[in-house]
Amino acid sequence: IRPGGRERVAFKMAERGGRGSGHGSLDKSITLPPDEIFRNLENAKRFAIDIGGSLTKLAYYSTVQHKVARVRSFDHSGKDIDNEPLYEISVQEEITARLHFIKFENTYIETCLDFIKDHLVNTETKVIKATGGGAYKFKDLIEKKLGLKVDKEDVMTCLIKGCNFVLRNIPHEVFAYQKDSDTEFRFQTNHPNIFPYLLVNIGSGVSIVKVETEDKFEWIGGSSIGGGTFWGLGALLTKTKKFDELLQLASKGQHTNVDMLVKDVYGGACQTLGLSGNLIASSFGKSTTADKEFSKEDMAKSLLHMISNDIGQLACLYAKLHNLDKIYFGGFFIRGHPVTMRTITYSINFFSKGEVQALFLRHEGYLGAIGAFLKGAEQDNPNQYSWGENYAGSSGLMSTSPDVYPMQRTRSGTFDMLEMDRLERPLVNLPLLKDPSTYIPDTVDLTDDAMARKYWLTCFEEALDGVAKRAAASQPDSVDAQERAEKFRQKYWNKLQTLRQQPFAYGTLTVRSLLDTREHCLNEFNFPDPYSKVKQKENGIALKCFQSVIESLDSLGWEERQFALVKGLLAGNVFDWGAKAVSDVLESEPQFGFEEAKSKLQERPWLEDSYSQWLERLKEGPPHKCALIFADNSGIDIILGVFPFVRELLSRGTEVILACNSGPALNDVTYSESLIVTERIAAMDPVIHSALRDEKLLLVQTGSSSPCLDLSRLDQGLAVLVRERQTDLVVIEGMGRAIHTNYYAVLRCESLKLAVIKNSWLADRLGGKIFSVIFKYEVPCK
Amino acid sequence: MEPPRSCGDGAEDEKKPRRRAGGADAGPSQLRRRSSGGAAGADGAAGPQPRERGGSVSRQRRDSVRKNRPLFPWFGLDIGGTLVKLVYFEPKDITAEEEEEEVENLKSIRKYLTSNVAYGSTGIRDVHLELKELTLCGRKGNLHFIRFPTHDMPAFIQMGSEKHFSSLHTTLCATGGGAYKFEQDFRTMGDLELCKLDELDCLVKGMLYIDSVGFNGHSECYYFENPTDAERCQKLPFNLENPYPLLLVNIGSGVSILAVYSKDNYKRVTGTSLGGGTFFGLCCLLTGCSTFEEALEMASHGDSTKVDKLVRDIYGGDYERFGLPGWAVASSFGNMVSKEKRESVSKEDLAKATLITITNNIGSIARMCALNENINRVVFVGNFLRINTISMRLLAYALDYWSKGQLKALFLEHEVKIPF
Repeated sequence: IRPGGRERVAFKMAERGGRGSGHGSLDKSITLPPDEIFRNLENAKRFAIDIGGSLTKLAYYSTVQHKVARVRSFDHSGKDIDNEPLYEISVQEEITARLHFIKFENTYIETCLDFIKDHLVNTETKVIKATGGGAYKFKDLIEKKLGLKVDKEDVMTCLIKGCNFVLRNIPHEVFAYQKDSDTEFRFQTNHPNIFPYLLVNIGSGVSIVKVETEDKFEWIGGSSIGGGTFWGLGALLTKTKKFDELLQLASKGQHTNVDMLVKDVYGGACQTLGLSGNLIASSFGKSTTADKEFSKEDMAKSLLHMISNDIGQLACLYAKLHNLDKIYFGGFFIRGHPVTMRTITYSINFFSKGEVQALFLRHEGYLGAIGAFLKGAEQDNPNQYSWGENYAGSSGLMSTSPDVYPMQRTRSGTFDMLEMDRLERPLVNLPLLKDPSTYIPDTVDLTDDAMARKYWLTCFEEALDGVAKRAAASQPDSVDAQERAEKFRQKYWNKLQTLRQQPFAYGTLTVRSLLDTREHCLNEFNFPDPYSKVKQKENGIALKCFQSVIESLDSLGWEERQFALVKGLLAGNVFDWGAKAVSDVLESEPQFGFEEAKSKLQERPWLEDSYSQWLERLKEGPPHKCALIFADNSGIDIILGVFPFVRELLSRGTEVILACNSGPALNDVTYSESLIVTERIAAMDPVIHSALRDEKLLLVQTGSSSPCLDLSRLDQGLAVLVRERQTDLVVIEGMGRAIHTNYYAVLRCESLKLAVIKNSWLADRLGGKIFSVIFKYEVPCK
Repeated sequence: MEPPRSCGDGAEDEKKPRRRAGGADAGPSQLRRRSSGGAAGADGAAGPQPRERGGSVSRQRRDSVRKNRPLFPWFGLDIGGTLVKLVYFEPKDITAEEEEEEVENLKSIRKYLTSNVAYGSTGIRDVHLELKELTLCGRKGNLHFIRFPTHDMPAFIQMGSEKHFSSLHTTLCATGGGAYKFEQDFRTMGDLELCKLDELDCLVKGMLYIDSVGFNGHSECYYFENPTDAERCQKLPFNLENPYPLLLVNIGSGVSILAVYSKDNYKRVTGTSLGGGTFFGLCCLLTGCSTFEEALEMASHGDSTKVDKLVRDIYGGDYERFGLPGWAVASSFGNMVSKEKRESVSKEDLAKATLITITNNIGSIARMCALNENINRVVFVGNFLRINTISMRLLAYALDYWSKGQLKALFLEHEVKIPF
């Protein structure tokens, strides 16, 4: 088993010929593993299908029932609150919406349709939306097998709808291809405004479409020299029948044996004349003779260059005429093939003199199916929601250099999947981002940084057994918890191995994406919140210390207190769920433990230290109007670190928006937990109490379930509130949110980024030691 | 190409000094010879060098031109990637005195060239293109157009050597990439210096000149009226007197596209490697043919719709959503993806499809360039169009159809002799 291909082995079907060979013949000798593909069919509705020349893409919408941990306040009346847990945790079933997209070879279509029919329970589905060139051909088969009426949708309309959808919902959708760099795929930051753009779809021919808004697009041109020309002419010239094999031939050939180059016309004078001798003067210009044999490889290569250059040239001419600088390429000619992405990129660069970049889409193959689905699901308003790619349920980008993994390119017999979860609330940019179009959440690009990638992948691998154990232990009453934990372990392990081989599989690889993938995998096996009990306990313990911490703070003078508050924030941040030694001590003598954590902190000057400027600001400047605080951990962090700080801000007359994650991630405090914690603190503390009552302290959810923070995908409600309250200070706390992400984020208002580095490798990278402190106070340039 | 004007009129000449090339030690007499070679260089071996405009060289030359007529023979050579185009001016006003003085070598060359229409196995004189009774540098004569494949260049140089060409000329005006590629061979094998002239300059000047002298009393430039209507389509003369701006599309082995704003002001817009060489090269591979003429002949009997996938093959008719007519080619060679169809097409069909593919593509790129440059007249020239009515009519049609009548495709009778 080749590394990286491992995950796909499970879906490997009966061996068959390559793509495009199966016209007319259907393969029934496969069995489908229902755990892995066509999931949730029992709840499926709104089917759509996109049948291309060789691949079928099926889309459906399902409701997924999965477990979520809910927290609920006890009714404490008449009970001994000292010995009871703070709140109740219950695991409940929650229903969320998910989009499923499955790609497979046309040869399996009949088997797949049978499978769907057998597993389809929902009877309200009457129609299946269909698009693609093959939709007509398989119409009868689909109607017969599924008993659904086939409703055809225009190919290009679907393609563009799908394109808009992925551009809006998948942050790392777009990439540029770089042939000789360490990272072949350079992912682009999503521009908040995706329009206008040019979509060049290279199917059998070429369509060039200008897309101006969600619903407005125009076919501005095309060319008959496309993928069909490469395939058809290639088959004639080389007697090679399959498209993939033609590409293979091309990647091995020397076009200079077939093409007439400038230097063939000018001889050695090119250099003195300033001509690029290697440019092609005439494609196939050397084959103008009947008595010479040319190799298949050389002819295929020449043909590939001819077609790619021609398409690139036309695309540039159209882009220039319509004044567009974003060109996305798609169609089966491109579809993840490094060979064609490379030649197209070269051509665009050449003809635009570097002014236009050829861009590709990670989910290009799914655009038609997504669009057809969206057409059929208009009444569900899918475009009103934000969607997120589910890393656990998606195959990721396969392609890599054909020379390194030749067999991987032969994707016949494999099923590729994309799953997207509907996010319950729409996500938007933080209005305070200085420039949303250049904002990159992540500090280190692990696709780029091979050393860092190696370290973090190993780090996650080594932590995996512990995470799986913790997950199993979090559900002691469940009989299959062990089994599910093992499945989780295997799945995440496989993902990590895939990422070792193909770091770009899910877009730019970052610590955030590794963490998020782990969360998705945990959820997949119904471990919605493995740390719920830990959090519950730590919150309970910390709450008991709240009052004494406040008392000791209040006894300090103003300047001393400011420093103590900051130290408290930082010390609190030491307590992530793994710091078990610390929490044990806390349990017996909490006051001592918190102080001990403080003593672990690096002495000033900190690794990043702008505390003096912060103090100066507090001393000299007017109170902030409103502070937005992104909290990190449960327990001591939020209760003894963040809340005293919040309390001080409130006392200064600053309103506070406290933002916590919508869903669980590690021992991060969730929004629902923060509600209970705040309620309990309010009961003890009049400042917090009145602030809550007067809406000076507002609790909001981030819209995220990640230990990291993407300021370009935040809950819309949060964004509205931030604007309404004229927020002028943003406080970001913790490693995940302030170091792994947002370390370099530039905001339009003052900001504080603070964290304790609890990882020696990272500390080393930043030039410090473990427990080094980051205190970054930034004021926007005037 | 402006020799008559430059030779006949000193003032004109000053505007178009030729590059002093072909050897730094060239003396006045050599210069004169080069200039006379350029004079005959209807094939483009002439052109302005704006960087050297005016100055002592041209003044000196003008004076010498007045005093001394350039020496015969007058040649121009355009050495392309596939074909060599040779232009020869045959003086018809030779006086008895001159005849007597004419050296034997010169006479033999004149006789050899004018009494034959084929030279060796591959050289051909296009008799139908001959320009009769032309006045060039004050001399009357006929302009002959000869072509042969570039791969026979060594044989040509050999012949020049055998005929002691170097005794008549020390320099020969030449353009095209081959002027550089074969320069050394000319020097060592033929004892000849090449006066290398810029290809694009020659192209523009050549086009303007050939149009200015007319085609033996007929118009050089023409177009197709009603190109989209097969019944009513007809070839009509076009007056290219005030042609600017125009897009000049030269289709040789490859394609160069120039935007021409005045006779001295032009720029290369772009080019494509999909040109005549591609058509011929692919035809050789697909059909086993060995000459361009053979390839064209096959194409004229083929049916490309068996090879190409049309819009109607996919949509059953027009694709109205995008305003695409059913007859439009959706995918060139698209049907050849299928084994059965590969087995059912003829060589003629493949040749036709290759021709249509290359031609449509050139039309498409030319149209986009015209739009980007805001030019509505497109002159197509180059060897690809020689005896190639299919392509010319298709270009005329495609330009008219896709531009909704906004663009006009123009052609020249001597398309073949305009240099690259």
